[in-house]
This record gives sequence, C-alpha cells and structure tokens, in this order.
Amino acid sequence: MWSRNNRLPVLATLALTLMAAAIALIFFYAPLDEDGLNQKIFYFHVPIAFTAYACFGWGGWKALRHLWKGDETADLESYVAIHLGVIFGLLTLVTGSIWARYRWGHWWVWSEDQLVLFLVLFLFYCAYFMLRYSLPPGPQRANLSAVYALFGVALIPVSILAIRLSQRFIHPIAFDEGGPNMAGSQFFTFCVCVLAMFAVAATLYHLELAGKRLDMRLRELREALQ
Amino acid sequence: MNYLADVGVLARKDLLLELRARDTLPAMLLFVVSTLVVFHFVLPAESSDLAATGLLWVALLFTALLGLSRSFAAEREQGLIDGLVLAPSDRSAIWLGKALSILAFLALAELIALPAYGLFFKPVDAALVGGVALADLGIAAVGTLLAAMATASRARELLLPLLFLPLAIPIVIGGVGASVTDEPARYLALLGLYDALFAIICWASFEYVVTE
Amino acid sequence: MSTEEKYVAAVYLVVFVVLLAYVFIIALKLQRLERELAELTELALQRKEPERKAVAVG
Repeated sequence: MWSRNNRLPVLATLALTLMAAAIALIFFYAPLDEDGLNQKIFYFHVPIAFTAYACFGWGGWKALRHLWKGDETADLESYVAIHLGVIFGLLTLVTGSIWARYRWGHWWVWSEDQLVLFLVLFLFYCAYFMLRYSLPPGPQRANLSAVYALFGVALIPVSILAIRLSQRFIHPIAFDEGGPNMAGSQFFTFCVCVLAMFAVAATLYHLELAGKRLDMRLRELREALQ
Repeated sequence: MNYLADVGVLARKDLLLELRARDTLPAMLLFVVSTLVVFHFVLPAESSDLAATGLLWVALLFTALLGLSRSFAAEREQGLIDGLVLAPSDRSAIWLGKALSILAFLALAELIALPAYGLFFKPVDAALVGGVALADLGIAAVGTLLAAMATASRARELLLPLLFLPLAIPIVIGGVGASVTDEPARYLALLGLYDALFAIICWASFEYVVTE
Repeated sequence: MSTEEKYVAAVYLVVFVVLLAYVFIIALKLQRLERELAELTELALQRKEPERKAVAVG
C-alpha cells in the first residue's frame, strides 16, 4: 500500500492540502495581535527556518548512515537533503530580511540571532557544494561530503551559542524579544504551518531524488548499451 | 602507547621538515607582522582599541590559513598520502600528528605576533593570550582535517578558506569576546567547548577523509 | 494596500516564486531525461534489429 510508487503523489497531495489549510488559517482564522501583520510573516518565516534545520539534520543523518553503515543510497539522499536545506535556508534569509525591513527599517540587522545564524550556515553549506563540485564522483567524494555534512550538524548548536554570546559585545543595547508569545489559536496555526512546510520539503525531496535516481539509471543503461 | 609513539613520529617529521626547508614558518611570521602594520594604516584615527583587537584576530586567522594550506603540501607533491594511509597505524594518528605540528607553527607565529601587537596597538592581557591558546587548538584540529579534504580536490587553495571560514566563526567570536568583554570566562568556555567537540569529531572522522 | 501588507505579501510571494522555480527546474530536468531515454531506446532497438541491408535475391 505504501509502496514507493505511491509515495510521491500522496506526499504532494498532503503538502498541497496542508499548505492550503495553513494559508487559510493564517489569513482567516488567526487573530491579529498588537504586533500587527508582523505575525503573518512569522507564520511562514519560522516554519521555513525549522524546515531548513530539519533538512540539514536529515542530510547529516544520511551522511552518518553512509559512513557508518555503508548505505549505498545514503550519499545521494544526503546531498539532496542538504540541497533542499540550502534552498529553504535562502528562503529563511530572504523572508527574514523582508521582516527585518518591516520591523526595523533595514534590509539586514545583526541583532537578530536567527538571521546571523542562517547566514553562517548558508555559507557553510554553500562550501559543501564547492567541495562536492571540486571532486570527481566516487567514494572519496561521498566520504568527504559526509564528513563535512556531519561537521555542519555539530556547527549548528555551537554557532547558536556563539552568536548569542556575540550579541553582548556587538549589540550592548538590550535587544527586544521578537519571539511570539502566542495564544492557542495562533499556536495551532503555527503548527499547521510547520507541518505544511515539512510536507512541502518532503515532497520536493522525493521528487528530486526520483529525478536523480532516474538519471543514474539512464547513465547505467547508456553504458551498458555502448 | 604505540598510538602516541606514531603521533610523535609524525609530528616530529613535520617539524624537522620545516626546520630544514624553512619556508612555511618564516612566511607566516612575516605575513602576520605585515598584516598588523597594514592594519595600523587601515584603522582611522580615533578607532578604539577594540577595533584593533578585532583586527588582530583577523590577522591570526589568515596567518593560520597560510600555514594550513601548506600543511599537506609535501604529502601531496610527493604522493605520500597513500604511504601514510597504508602504514599500520590508526589513521587518526596522521591527523593528530599533523595537527600538533600546525599547533607548534601557530604558537611560534604568535610568539612574534602578540608582542608585535602589544607594541603597535595595546598591551596584551591574560584573557587575550588564553583566548589565542584555546583558539589555536580549535584551528589546528579543524584546519588540519579540512586541509586534508582540500588536498584531495582540484581547487585546493581556493577550497580551504571556503571550508574553513564558516567553521572559524565561533572561534573568532570566542576569541574576540574573551579579549574585549568584561567576562572572558564565558567566551573561553565557548572556545573550550568548540575545541572539545570538534577535536572528537575530527579524530573520529579522519579515517574516512583519507580512505575510500 | 498599506506598506505593512505589502511586506507580508512580499514574503508569501517570494516563497511561492522560489518553490515554483524549483518545480520548473525539475521539469526541465525531466525533459532532458525523457530525451535521453528516447535516445537510449533507439540504441537498444537498433541492437535488437540491425537495419536490414539490401540482399541480393535469386
């Protein structure tokens, strides 16, 4: 029932439904609070950030499976997960930047931990692609990519800590908490948004993987025929 | 004890090679002092001491990159990596030996750089030295592994800074924080955490970096 | 729309556009894969039935 063939359409339908529900909830259900429309941006920006973390984490997990268990498909899966993580990371930065412009009038603010963290992670994972493209395909590339992906997973908590500490000497003025203290209905909307984003990411993940697997098989076929 | 002996042999080899060739360390020394001089001209007249401290860390970071990019040069040029990997010792010993030799180079470079900084800008205090020492450990650990990765690729000189700089950001935050703020202990603790965490990861994963 | 609303709209628009761009890129890739599959099928068929050459009869 839950075969590989079924998975992609099911996921896509799920993602579509959840996204539609999320947007409906955001605009028609969730109440406005003193922050105003700020909240509406949060409903997308934060779930997108969570999804990026999830993608990087999943990529790290697959990297571990590659190194530890020698799982054959893990390298490709790790790569696709990180690829998706970078896309969602870029989205986090762009939506975060728009939010910063809305809230503080600047397109970039160093005082927002999350923005700075994502900048660092974005740089880190872009370097992942530079690493991957500078190596010929093969076991070595897979190994090095996997080790680097694991470094990324370790970097995340350390960077969170470091950036939080750094704000003390970069921004000695106390920064205000923009974090949502949410009412129940807002929290529900938020959760639906998180699930929706995860579903979208999962769909795109399997979509891209399917494409890459097909590519590999066609290449094998070509070699067999020539 | 065999493991430590292997590490010792490898580290000694690198240090002896450098003693004879004398190319990396003098370059690092000259680079760091020149950079500090350039920074004097870079800083506008009323810049604070804080800005100067920040720039010291920039100088240290790039000097380290200079040293790191040379670290696997001999192995690469002579095709020695396979020899090292086939040797009957734990591959992580290669990493540890190399990291220790890099640490030695960094320490020697800073032996000159810190007094120079004290001379040109402002006196050096214990927190700064502590921060530099802890940062060196992190830079040596992570930098050695990344240098090994970069060696394997086509674009090695370009790749090492790209791989290294994002990972160096927590080190810089810890180091500058320790030098500049009133509570260096927190930042030194951050550096310690970074060093411990990444040293373990590097030690455990070096095997996969050099084998297939 | 007030400026506030414009920012919110911008956020949603950006997300929508990026996701669509991604889908578009995958669609292009699928096109390429289909072309390749067609080529390979052709190759395989040729192998199976080599082209009939003219044979003198009689």
